[in-house]
Amino acid sequence: MLRNMKLRNLFRRKSSREIARDRLKILLISDRVNCSAETLEMIKHDIAKVISKYMKIDTNSMEIQISKTGTHSRGNANPVLNANIPILDINK
Amino acid sequence: MSEVLVITSGKGGVGKTTTCANIGTGLAKMGFKVCMIDTDIGLRNLDVVMGLENRIVYNLVDVVEGNCRVKQALIRDKRHSNLYLMPCAQTRDKTSVNPEQMVKLIRHLRDIFDYIILDCPAGIEQGFQNAVAGADRAIVVTTPEVSAIRDADRIIGLLEAREFEKIELVINRMRSDMVKRGDMMSATDVMDILSVPLIGVVPDDENVVISTNQGEPLVGSNTPAGKAYQNISDRVAGKDIPLTAEIGQLSFWTKISGIFHKN
Repeated sequence: MLRNMKLRNLFRRKSSREIARDRLKILLISDRVNCSAETLEMIKHDIAKVISKYMKIDTNSMEIQISKTGTHSRGNANPVLNANIPILDINK
Repeated sequence: MSEVLVITSGKGGVGKTTTCANIGTGLAKMGFKVCMIDTDIGLRNLDVVMGLENRIVYNLVDVVEGNCRVKQALIRDKRHSNLYLMPCAQTRDKTSVNPEQMVKLIRHLRDIFDYIILDCPAGIEQGFQNAVAGADRAIVVTTPEVSAIRDADRIIGLLEAREFEKIELVINRMRSDMVKRGDMMSATDVMDILSVPLIGVVPDDENVVISTNQGEPLVGSNTPAGKAYQNISDRVAGKDIPLTAEIGQLSFWTKISGIFHKN
């Protein structure tokens, strides 16, 4: 019985513990770099505008986020802005 | 040389005052001369948790304003003659004291006590600034909940900016049954997220409510929280007590299913 439960657990959806952990990880990145979601949205918009001058991109599925380089060292690692911009047509 | 600790959290209601009362009592039981200062002006509570609310004559604000001598505002504990409490004013606000005055007061108390423990108010405003001004070492209290952890992270950032020598974490109200079910973050999860050293994990224990009702800290008693606070007090005093019991061993199945669940 117990084993059945555990096996079923292998295919279950995310536990609330995992949801909390994932939400916090993302939340704290923006808290720590002191950069609000609105600012990120504005940066995203401006990047899209510049790239669009040269090639056709998929603005709906582009993603930008700020993460830290290195591992667990608080404060020591510099934040990095990652942009993932799918190109639809490289020669506009 | 005396040591000055501040107990802080950012978020309210996570157990700063309870932690302060228990660490203070725990250190006093070991024989150290301890002074606890309530810095939550206007919302004092350390006096009731310690059961000393009927003995208050003078308070922190009276001391900094020069209405009384420092010793007149120090209340001796009921059980431990080497444990003292300096309450704060209930009818004033946080602006009645400034960080310079706190630094001066603490410098004076360092000559008398081995440990000075400051109970910090919630928030990051003037009350927090006052409490951290004269401290060497910080203990950040959090619970395994998203809101408390977020606020703890903010506090840790502010303490790091002030170049604190030591910042340590207490995780309060841990429920191992919920962690096992996957419905609460474990001590390891919280440590990974906050990346500061852990000094103790206090289980969610109804005895804490009972001890607060009675105004007697439960550190050292034969209860889950009493044992946890004893360990924390020992670690504060520099004893090497391994954290294995608190962090807990993951069960075999949790480990196996964890492999399948990574993203």
